[in-house]
Amino acid sequence: MPKPAKKPVGAQPDNPQQLILDGVVVDNTWRLLPLGGEEEITANNLAAGKVILPLSIWLELREALQARKDEIGVWLDSDETADLIGDFAQELPLIATHFPAFTDGRAFTAGRLLRQRYGFNGELRAVGNFIRDQLTYLNRCGFNAFAYQGEQSLQGLLDSMQDFSDSYQAAVDQPLPIFRRRALV
Amino acid sequence: MYRYDEQDHKLIRERVAQFRGQTDRYLAGELSEEEFLPLRLQNGLYVQRLAPMLRIAVPYGMMHSAQLRRLAEITRKYDKGYAHFTTRQNVQLNWPNLEDVPDILAELAEVEMHAVQTSGNCIRNTTTDQFAGVAGDELVDPRPYCELIRQWSTFHPEFAFLPRKFKIAVCGAATDRAAIRAHDIGVQIVKNDRGETGFQVFVGGGLGRTPILGVAIRDFLPETHLLSYLEAIVRVYNQLGRRDNKFKARIKILVKALGPEEFARRVEAEWEQVKDGADELTAEAITWARSFFPKPAYRSFDHNHTEAVLRDQAGSEKAFARWLERNTFPHRVPGYQAVTLSTKPTGIPPGDVTDRQLEAIAELAEQYSFGEVRVTHEQNVVLADVEQEKLFELWQAARKHGFATPNIGTLTDMICCPGGDYCSLANAKSIPVAEAIQRKFDDLDYLYDLGELDLNISGCMNACGHHHIGHIGILGVDKKGEEFYQVQLGGSASENASLGKVLGPSFSREEMPETIGKIVDVFVEHRLPEELFIDTYNRIGLQPFKERVYAKAS
Ligand code: HEM
Ligand code: SF4
Repeated sequence: MPKPAKKPVGAQPDNPQQLILDGVVVDNTWRLLPLGGEEEITANNLAAGKVILPLSIWLELREALQARKDEIGVWLDSDETADLIGDFAQELPLIATHFPAFTDGRAFTAGRLLRQRYGFNGELRAVGNFIRDQLTYLNRCGFNAFAYQGEQSLQGLLDSMQDFSDSYQAAVDQPLPIFRRRALV
Repeated sequence: MYRYDEQDHKLIRERVAQFRGQTDRYLAGELSEEEFLPLRLQNGLYVQRLAPMLRIAVPYGMMHSAQLRRLAEITRKYDKGYAHFTTRQNVQLNWPNLEDVPDILAELAEVEMHAVQTSGNCIRNTTTDQFAGVAGDELVDPRPYCELIRQWSTFHPEFAFLPRKFKIAVCGAATDRAAIRAHDIGVQIVKNDRGETGFQVFVGGGLGRTPILGVAIRDFLPETHLLSYLEAIVRVYNQLGRRDNKFKARIKILVKALGPEEFARRVEAEWEQVKDGADELTAEAITWARSFFPKPAYRSFDHNHTEAVLRDQAGSEKAFARWLERNTFPHRVPGYQAVTLSTKPTGIPPGDVTDRQLEAIAELAEQYSFGEVRVTHEQNVVLADVEQEKLFELWQAARKHGFATPNIGTLTDMICCPGGDYCSLANAKSIPVAEAIQRKFDDLDYLYDLGELDLNISGCMNACGHHHIGHIGILGVDKKGEEFYQVQLGGSASENASLGKVLGPSFSREEMPETIGKIVDVFVEHRLPEELFIDTYNRIGLQPFKERVYAKAS
């Protein structure tokens, strides 16, 4: 499996108290650990309960944390590609992908690949600086959780999910592109 | 041409409603400038030096008369009564109010038009040959593929926030009239030994400040795999394209950095995973897409008779003969000809048309060409299916409306960006330079003797006016706060595409007509009989031009 590149620590995602999960506003039951914290994270000092680890740390601790695997999630930074998790995706309960800026669209690809190529069935969570107007696209790329850290109301975000009733392409939510559905009739 | 079904209508209406909401939130201060920016761009709305500018999509350049009439109405109601045809076969309004844009989009939606993805860092409108379906040198009509690409790329959930804008062009003919190698992806339709249709795929072309011609990463892609291959390319780009520097973010930079072989290897590896997936173009899907581009109901003619009549008319009316020679294009069906309406009479910004002219084009299309037109990347308008017997009549009508300037393909048929008159990024004005050059070359006989000559002008290195691929390219530069112009020679947008070379130090605006005059003189002196400018240039090189233009006055 390819290794993620070492890099300086950039903007880190927040971990808001509430989020949207499967179309409803719920309390956030996970704790997201940013990169570059005070203390080095090890299997022994890792907090109890559900935690989301940065990819590089998760890769190191994965084996050691086998016993806790149902409460260990992982987050990808935007320059970390889905293949760095690869088939391990199937044993993860949660994967988050980070938007350092909403204009950085790499997470859309990561989400689709995790769902469609690597068989990930758990919670796929968008974290960081995405905006309300990206929810419909995120949803189509397989995201079902939105840890939004901006200023809009979560209810407004939920409303935006109704913006479109159909779509042209195949994606996670739609097995056939419109031209093939049309050609069938 | 393609017609919307209920789903297209619904999706486009939903998009208008979505943008109306976004505009309301922006005006109410709930959406920041920064957040609104990519949303409005993906709905065609730029904010320019003087006013917002709305770029309306014309998929692969095709429009019908009702759409033209609606555009005319919109320019009257919401703008200053004129519109601009762009080098990507789109239409632009230069003066709409931001608050009106949702209403404009709603009116466009009623006639199956939109401004989706006409700017912003997403997949833009796909462009093609303006003579698609009628050109004699065409292998396969590119428009069904363009329409499939339109549907695949519209609201693509994965590719709406790419590192940079992304442009695709498709060519189905032996002659490249779509400048495909100046695009992020250029698709050339080809046939293999067994007569099967497929695609040669170029990537990494683009103009702007780092002009590069696309390189072929695949010589034969079977027809069924077009969309999966495009998806693989864009996916590799979305993951690996640079996002730290917007001037290095186009796919051309990635292809160059990895090397075309390595880039191709990554695309192929990605494609292996998706090639047999949902994006496969099944035979049914292709048949369905083709069904929108049937042959119009052509009539049959006594070919000898129509040719004889044309010859007579041309013989008795020199102006008509000129127009026939320059502004019409052979049609594959006997008795028909394609006509280019020139938007470039002297003194009008290239590509600009008034509301009345838009209506006149609609009328001409209905009377002479099955009610359809195509916008060309040279910013003119084509009536593709005109009966030869009606050419004379059409010429008279076109003349009345100011479209019959017989200069297509000549030096005065320039591509010119809006430049400093409209654009806040400009180093220099471009429209007045175009006009001054047109005035210098107002002798039509001389102009024709010069033959095909592409002159392209951009007001800055963003290269909206394609100056790199003009036989003569002019670039506005800033010299200590003053407007100057650099000249390049030897560019070409054809199937033998090339990028122009800089002639030397730049010129003031006043010097430009004279400079172009000297360049043309050198060409005329060195020219072999009937030789085209670009061929003479390729034979003699830059030096003779340089010597003349920079000769010290004696
Ligand atoms: C009026 C304001 C305009 C502004 C501010 C503007 C801005 C830009 C910028 C910044 C680029 C370079 C992008 C890059 O290198 O990635 C560009 C490229 C381009 N623009 Fe414009 N533009 C304007 C109008 C137009 C118009 C009216 C046309 C069509 C006639 C046009 C056609 C193009 C084309 C074809 C390119 C692509 C060159 C390439 O492939 O890199 N632009 N424009
Ligand atoms: S080339 Fe430069 S001046 Fe001309 S329209 Fe583009 S950005 Fe503006």
